[in-house]
Amino acid sequence: MLLIPCPYCGMERPELEFRNGGEAHISRPLDPSAVSDADWAEYLYFRSNPKGVMAERWRHVSGCGRFFNVLRDTVSDKFLAVYRAGEPRPPIGAEGSSA
Amino acid sequence: MTQAFRVAGGAMLDRARPVSFTFDGVAYGGYEGDTLASALLANGVRLVGRSYKYHRPRGIVSAGAEEPNALVGVARGPGRFTPNLRATQVGLFDGLVAMSQNRWPSLAFDVGAVNDLAAPLIGAGFYYKTFMGPDWFGKNWAWRRVYEPAIRLAAGLGAAPSEPDPDRYVRYFDHCDVMIVGAGPAGLAAALAAGASGARVVVCDENPAPGGSLLAETHAQIAGERAWVWLAEALAALRTRPNVRLMPRTQVFGYYAQNFVALCEGVSEPELIADPDLPRERLWQMRAREVVLATGAIERPLVFADNDRPGVMLADAARRYLHQYGVKVGERAVVVTAHDGAYRAAIDLKEAGVKVELIADLRDEASGPWPGTARAAGIRVATKAAMHEVRGRRRVEAVRLAAHPGGMRTISCDALLMSGGWTPSVHLFSQSRGKLVFDEALQVFKPGASAQRERSAGACNATFGLAKALAEGDAAGRAAASAAGFAAPDARPYAVDGAPQADGGMLGAPLHILGDRHAKAFVDFQNDVCVKDVELAVQEGMRSIEHVKRYTTTGMATDQGKLSNMNALAIAAVAQEKTIPEVGLTTFRPPYTPVTFGAFAGPARGDLFDPIRRTPIHDWAAERGAAFEDVGLWKRAWYFPKPAESMHEAVARECRTTRAAVGLFDATTLGKIEVVGPDAAAFLERMYANAFMKLEPGRCRYGLMLSEAGFLMDDGVIARLAPDRFHVTTTTGGAPRVLAHMEDYLQTEFTDLKVWLTSTSEQWAVIAVQGPKARETIAPLMEGIDLANAAFPHMSVRDARVCGVPTRLMRVSFTGELGYEINVPAGFGRPVWEAVWRELEKRGGCAYGTEAMHVMRAEKGYVIVGQETDGTVTLADLGLDWAIGKTKKDFVGKRSLSRPDIIAENRKQLVGLLTENPNVVLEEGAQVTEGATPPLAAPALGHVTSSYRSETLGRSIALALVATGRSRFGEMLHVPMPKGPIRVSVTSPIFYDKLGTRLNA
Repeated sequence: MLLIPCPYCGMERPELEFRNGGEAHISRPLDPSAVSDADWAEYLYFRSNPKGVMAERWRHVSGCGRFFNVLRDTVSDKFLAVYRAGEPRPPIGAEGSSA
Repeated sequence: MTQAFRVAGGAMLDRARPVSFTFDGVAYGGYEGDTLASALLANGVRLVGRSYKYHRPRGIVSAGAEEPNALVGVARGPGRFTPNLRATQVGLFDGLVAMSQNRWPSLAFDVGAVNDLAAPLIGAGFYYKTFMGPDWFGKNWAWRRVYEPAIRLAAGLGAAPSEPDPDRYVRYFDHCDVMIVGAGPAGLAAALAAGASGARVVVCDENPAPGGSLLAETHAQIAGERAWVWLAEALAALRTRPNVRLMPRTQVFGYYAQNFVALCEGVSEPELIADPDLPRERLWQMRAREVVLATGAIERPLVFADNDRPGVMLADAARRYLHQYGVKVGERAVVVTAHDGAYRAAIDLKEAGVKVELIADLRDEASGPWPGTARAAGIRVATKAAMHEVRGRRRVEAVRLAAHPGGMRTISCDALLMSGGWTPSVHLFSQSRGKLVFDEALQVFKPGASAQRERSAGACNATFGLAKALAEGDAAGRAAASAAGFAAPDARPYAVDGAPQADGGMLGAPLHILGDRHAKAFVDFQNDVCVKDVELAVQEGMRSIEHVKRYTTTGMATDQGKLSNMNALAIAAVAQEKTIPEVGLTTFRPPYTPVTFGAFAGPARGDLFDPIRRTPIHDWAAERGAAFEDVGLWKRAWYFPKPAESMHEAVARECRTTRAAVGLFDATTLGKIEVVGPDAAAFLERMYANAFMKLEPGRCRYGLMLSEAGFLMDDGVIARLAPDRFHVTTTTGGAPRVLAHMEDYLQTEFTDLKVWLTSTSEQWAVIAVQGPKARETIAPLMEGIDLANAAFPHMSVRDARVCGVPTRLMRVSFTGELGYEINVPAGFGRPVWEAVWRELEKRGGCAYGTEAMHVMRAEKGYVIVGQETDGTVTLADLGLDWAIGKTKKDFVGKRSLSRPDIIAENRKQLVGLLTENPNVVLEEGAQVTEGATPPLAAPALGHVTSSYRSETLGRSIALALVATGRSRFGEMLHVPMPKGPIRVSVTSPIFYDKLGTRLNA
C-alpha cells in the first residue's frame, strides 16, 4: 500500500484514503463544439500511459476531498512531486522517460 | 511409541513433556518442542508423502520452510483442518492428527504410482501435446469432460476442508523504526545494535524459537561463551528492552513499496487450546522506516538419479535434527557433497553414534579445515564422486557411486545426506525490487543495489560464516538505526572460535546426468521436474527462463522452488550454452511460504464481509416477513409474502393493490446530494443533459446525467427548493459515483462556479406512497400544504409537516400512478412510515417491495440505469432525447452526441417485446435475432434487458435493446433459447397508460 502525500492536508496518508483520477493536465476544451471529431476522441480516450514519470491526478476522497496532482514513476512507484490542482507540472523527468 | 531414533541432546525439546499424536491413523510419541517432521523421524517414519505427478514415495528432505515433500494435512476438530502444511514447520502438540496427501488408498500402497511407470509419456509439457481430442461432443469435449477431471484427481495436493473455519483471525496495522527479518546470528546482532539506539525495533522469525543456525551450533564460541549461552543471553537482553519486540512464529511473506511489509504471526496450538479466545493467526501490515533482511540461506540438493528416495536428506537438516531435536536420521549414512558444510554434519552424526560409511565429494579435491577434521575423526573421504543409483523404494537401502580412490562401489545405508552448497534467501530483497547480482566466485545471486530503505546481512547477503554474519548484522543494525534518525552505538566486536569457514558448492547437474534420458534426477521435488524435463524444454524452443519455468513447472509448486530454482537455472544455462547471468532468474513473488485464506480474510467474513446498510424502515419490513435483496451494500425489501404466498403471488398482489388502491414503498436507498450556492443552477445545467436555469423553485425535473463520452450514467429526480438550492436524487448504487463525478468537474474544470455539494443520502428516509388513493392516504397526516392537483401537480416539491415532522414532500412517480415521496429526517423514518401505514390499511393498501417496483416501472417503460443501460447507451437509444436542453451551448457529454458512432443509424434502441405465447417470460440477457435459427456466430440484433410477468396486463412483458428497434414496431423477431426459439413481436416500450393520465390524476 502506497503512502501518498496530500498537498492540502500536508501529510502522507495511506492509499486507502485516495482514489486515482487518471492522467493529469488533460483539460476539457473551453468550447467543445469547436473541436473536431478526431480531437475530441483524442481528449476522451487517448492517454500517454508512460513507462516512467507520469503526471496523474489523485483525490483525497476519505480525507479533505480535494483533487491534486503528482508526478509518479510508474516503474518504481515513487512519488517525485506533489502539487495542487491548477499548478503547472514541475520540471522533473520528461514525458515517457524514467527518472 | 518407541522413538527408536531418539538420541541425547535436542535443544528444542522439553523432555519432561511427552506428547502423543497420530500420522495416518497410527499413534506415535514425541516431545513438546518437536516439529511433526522431527517426531516422525524419531519414530523411524521415512515415507511421508507421494509426489505430485508420478506418485513416487517421498520422505523428509529439509528441516525448514523449504520442505518440498513432507506436506501433510493437520486436523484439530471440525473445520480446523489445514492441508499442505510443511511437517518441518508444524509444531507438535498433544492430540495432533496429521495425514499424508495425494495417495489412494494408502500411503504405502498407492494406485497412482502407476504414473511413475508411465513417466516417459508424461514429461514436461505433456498436457500441451496430448489429450487434444476427440471432440465428439463439442470443442475440447474430451479435455473438459475426461482428461482434465482425471488429471486433477490423480495429481494434486491436499483437499480443502469442507466445514467453515471456526477460528478467529485478526489484522493489525503497525509502524516501527527498524524491522529485522530473521532472528539468526545476523538478525540478532542487528537487533542488539538497533535496540541499543532506542529505535522501535521489531524482530521476526518464522520459527517457533529464534536463533536460526545458532540453535544447532554445538561447537562454536561467541565472545568466549558457548553459542547457545550467547543466544540465551542475547534473547534475554532483547526481551528486557521495551523498544524491541521479538515475534517468533512470524513469517514476513511480502515486501511492498515504501517499506511496507506483510507479516503473518501464528499462534501455537497449545496456546489456542489453553485460551480459545486467542486468534489463530494475526496479519500485520507493517510500515518500517528501515529494514534489515537477515533471512539466511537454504542448502541446495544435489542432482543425481533417484535423489528423491525417502531417506535422502540435506546434510545440514540431518545435523539440525540431531542437535535441535535429538534425532538421528539413520544408523548408517553416506554423505555426498560439493560443500564443506556436509563434513561438519558427518562429524556431528558420527559423534552421535551414526555409522558414516563415506563422504563422497563431487569436487576434485577435499582440503581445508573441515575435510581435515573429518579424516582425523576416522571418516573415509573420497573425491571426484559420481552418483549412479539409489536403491530402495520406500526408503534408501544402498547407493552405487564411483569415487576416488576406490572406483565404483555399492554401499548399504539407510540415510543419504547431500549438500550442493547454500543459496542466499533473496526472496524479500527481490520483492523489494532490489537488483540481484551474480557472484562468480561464490556462484550465487546476491543483493545488489537497493530500491528501498533496506540492507541485507549475513548468509542472505552471501556473507557466510558465523563471525562474518555477526559482524555484518551488527553493522546493519547500526546503519538502520542511524538512518532512522537514532544515535547508533559503537561497533560491537564478536570474537568467534570453533567455527571454521565452510566453502564450496555446485549448481546444476553433473555431466553424466546431463543428456541422460532415463535417469530420474529430480530438480524440483514438489512438481516432479527432472533434469531431462528442463533439457526437453530448451530443446523444444523455450529460451526465456520464465518460459522454461512454465513449460516444466519447475519452481511453480507451493515451495516456489526454494530448493530447485538455482539448479534448474544452471541446467537450462548449460542446455542453452549460456552463462547463468545471461539466462537470468525468475521473479520472486509473495508470499514466501503459503499464507492461509483465514489470515487474509481476517474478520471480513459473514456479516462483517462488507458493511451492510439498512434503512430506518428495515426492521419494520423484517418484522412482517419481508424477503430482502442486496442492492449494492443495501438490504432492500424485495417483496412482502403473506403466509403460504409464493414470490410470484406476492408480487402480483402488490402490483394489483398499488394500481387499484395504494402501495407503500421504502425508497430511502435513493442517493441524495444537496447542491447549494449562487451558481447551483448553472452547475446542474452543465452536469446534466436537461435545462435547469428556468426550473421554478418548487418544481422537479427528471435529470439525466451523461458521461463526457455521451452515454447515460445516472438518472434521478432533481427538485429545486430555492433559487440557490437543489435536492438531487441518484440511483441507489450511483450516489458516490455521481458525487465524485460532480466534485471532479467542480474542482478541476468548472472552477468559476460557486457551488457546494453535500451527500445527504443518509439524512433522509424516503417513504413512497403510490396509487390512486395516495392523496387521501397522506392527506390526514399533512400540515401546511395544499395537496390539490392544481396547487401541487405532478413533479412538484414543497416543504410541509407530516405527523408534526418537517418534510420535503415531492409529487413524483416511478409506478405511473399518482404518487408522493415523503422525505423526513432519517430518525423519524419509522414512526412516519407507521403513521402512513395505518392510513393506508384503512384504504385497502399494502406495502410493496423492489420486485413489484420493477414490474410497475417496466409496465410504464421507465428505464433503470444499469439494467437497460451498460455504459454504451445514449438518450437517443432509450428514446429519452426529449429531455435534452436543446438551447444549451454545452454540458458534459454534449459534444459526444454528434460523434459519428453516436449518430449512426444502426444503433440499438429500446423497445418492448411481447411473446407470442403470453405465458412465456423471456430470460433477461437473452439474445434477440431476426431468424428462428440464426447461423452460428451471426451477431444478434440485441438483447432482453428486463422481463417480467405483468399482473396488470395479464401477460408477460419485456424491454429490449434491438438494432433500429423503433423502426421495427410490429415486426416478429426471435429469442433463440436452448429449448427452441421464442417468437416475439416488437412494440413500444410503454405498455401501460401511454398518455400518463393516471400519474397526473
